[in-house]
Amino acid sequence: MTSIEAHVQQPYKYGFVTDIESEVVPAGLNEDVIRLISAKKGEPAWMLEWRLKAYRNWLKMSEPHWPNVKYGPIDYQAISYYAAPKQRPKLDSLEQVDPKLVQTFEKLGIPIEEQKRLTGVAVDAVFDSVSVATTFQAELAKFGVIFMPISQAIREHADLVQKYLGTVVPHNDNFFAALNTAVFTDGSFVYVPKGVRCPLELSTYFRINASSTGQFERTLIIADEGSYVSYLEGCSAPMRDENQLHAAVVELIALDNAQIKYSTIQNWYPGDDEGKGGIYNFVTKRGKCAGRNSKISWTQVETGSAITWKYPGCILQGDNSIGEFYSVAVTSHKQQADTGTKMIHLGKNTRSTIVSKGISAGRGQNTYRGLVKIMKGAEGARNYSQCDSMLIGDKCGAHTFPYIDVRSSTAIMEHEASTSKIGEDQIFYLRQRGLSSEDAVSMIVNGFCKEVFKELPMEFAVEATRLLGISLEGSVG
Amino acid sequence: MTKGKALLEVQGLRVAVAGNEILKGVDLAIRDGEVHAIMGPNGSGKSTLAQVLAGHPAYTVLAGTAKYEGKDLLDMKPEERARAGVFLAFQYPVEIRGITNSYFLRSALNALRRERGEAELDPIDFLQFLEQKLKAIGWDDSMMNRPVNEGFSGGEKKRNEILQLAVLEPRLAILDETDSGLDIDALKTVAETVNKLRAPSRAFLIVTHYQRLLNYITPDVVHVLADGRIVKSGGPELAHELEAKGYDWLRDAAMVS
Ligand SMILES: Nc1ncnc2c1ncn2[C@@H]1O[C@H](COP(=O)(O)OP(=O)(O)OP(=O)(O)O)[C@@H](O)[C@H]1O
Ligand SMILES: [Mg+2]
Repeated sequence: MTSIEAHVQQPYKYGFVTDIESEVVPAGLNEDVIRLISAKKGEPAWMLEWRLKAYRNWLKMSEPHWPNVKYGPIDYQAISYYAAPKQRPKLDSLEQVDPKLVQTFEKLGIPIEEQKRLTGVAVDAVFDSVSVATTFQAELAKFGVIFMPISQAIREHADLVQKYLGTVVPHNDNFFAALNTAVFTDGSFVYVPKGVRCPLELSTYFRINASSTGQFERTLIIADEGSYVSYLEGCSAPMRDENQLHAAVVELIALDNAQIKYSTIQNWYPGDDEGKGGIYNFVTKRGKCAGRNSKISWTQVETGSAITWKYPGCILQGDNSIGEFYSVAVTSHKQQADTGTKMIHLGKNTRSTIVSKGISAGRGQNTYRGLVKIMKGAEGARNYSQCDSMLIGDKCGAHTFPYIDVRSSTAIMEHEASTSKIGEDQIFYLRQRGLSSEDAVSMIVNGFCKEVFKELPMEFAVEATRLLGISLEGSVG
Repeated sequence: MTKGKALLEVQGLRVAVAGNEILKGVDLAIRDGEVHAIMGPNGSGKSTLAQVLAGHPAYTVLAGTAKYEGKDLLDMKPEERARAGVFLAFQYPVEIRGITNSYFLRSALNALRRERGEAELDPIDFLQFLEQKLKAIGWDDSMMNRPVNEGFSGGEKKRNEILQLAVLEPRLAILDETDSGLDIDALKTVAETVNKLRAPSRAFLIVTHYQRLLNYITPDVVHVLADGRIVKSGGPELAHELEAKGYDWLRDAAMVS
């Protein structure tokens, strides 16, 4: 089985460090640091107040230890909460972006220069605590679509931000969300106006570079009535012996008849074979289907991070609204993941679909944790859940914790679960037909993840399959 | 008919699985154009022989040699053997979820075509090519969009093996009980496929328990494998004799010798 495991446990390809002069705020967390961050961002007073309120709440909260993951204590005073490359460019001029940053993103497959930009995809590139470039901003503005760093939106679109920020994930939602609210530095803001189908895929790439820092980003996406947007998110970090904390908050709001498709390829540094180093990815992501017939769809491919703790969920408030969660989570080496979703049905005839695929290899531990809650008024609500686990080798583990809370007598729930072991016989069967062992593993893993991969936008599907070292079935024809 | 060049030469092959010696010295020579049948009691090592020739990693070769086209077969990886034209129709075909039969078949065919320096077939060309093969085994393309063997009935799985045989056109086809669990029509289809493929540059090693398949496919040689050894070889008439008498008389003979 070792050749199969070796194939799945590929070396991390994004572990380089960019040698760039950075401004780093000394480690430690207190109200002064929060004031400093707020001042650096040129924020209005209400924003600072909100941050401080969250911070004061956070001080009273304790780190959650119910996830099925193990790690030593985190010293929140040893982290620097702000790191930014010096000579920050003006955001409206991509030519002024430090060539080192341009090279960095190019190396990551995210070209930000005018001539080399990806067609059909607008990119916001975030480096440590700041957004360093956002492409196609002007083109999108012609359609009324606002796509910009959230720090800029707080200054330029205060009304929208103030109206929606914190309405889906309150400042005291949980320990890490409170921490994020207090210290978040950048992230993306998207507003799609009524009736507009966003003409480009929007995407944000998060890069951690500086050591001894954490990254705390905040994303807010608002799809106004009858609009549609597809948003993609990617990330990576250098290889280091230390554990770095990434605690993000993402809020989505879909109004009447609006649709948001949110895709993630999570590729933070996973740590080495012995579990040394790697990112702690403790993230709160939630969408609110506020309007009738609205739809929010989460698709995630989680291959990185030493520890993942995230449950992208949907609050299905509008009648007939739809929530979806498609996930592939891979844990190899000594990675641990506790991930899943929460679907909260409030409106009538709301529907949710959950498809979770966990792949465990090496000494990886993979936990699916999902909550489906159907409230009293949610007549005719339906949920379909499918949780499949695949084990590669015999030192890894898969665990499933589905929680179901139904308070409506008309609810319809379906749940399917399976655990399979990638077998020598399967591999041999394919090799006997002439496929190499790598292609054989690829085909088996690909088949296992198929229902999730088909939800990804094409650019990302290719990236995801490449990450898993697999080739995409039917990508041509 | 037995005039072709030696295609497969097995000598003194001893094989263990999970620490137990299963094959205890097998000698077998198959020439181009020949059809050999192997019969023998349950557990005698027929599948073991088939698997080890195909290169299954669970089987350990303790001693002996196997030459294929003059090359050391046992030194080749399973995929190298497949690309060199060795095909095994499995006694128990496995399921591959999420991968359609047609994609799987095309990937396999293209792996062989790459090896032979031929252009790969795109999905459209492949479907045309597949159309004829399907017709020959009496299938429509509805089975092609289903995941490989998933939810297939026992007989459908076997038929799928035969389809792969027809698509991949190997040089040496090893059929491990492909006739077991088939209805009469399917059995005839298997026989027809094999007979159609019979050619001076191709050979078959057919593992079967039943004379009935050999009514349709006339073998050149019939072997009896018992307790890890080939205890008797003969012409097609040997199969009839076994059908009538069972295996005990041979086992006793083997003990004596
Ligand atoms: N992976 C394995 N682990 C342990 N024992 C095995 C394994 N594979 C085969 N054997 C044993 O080897 C012996 C020969 O098995 P094999 O499958 O070759 O028999 P066969 O002649 O094909 O039988 P049948 O006619 O029932 O198909 C049997 O006793 C079987 O239990
Ligand atoms: Mg057998």
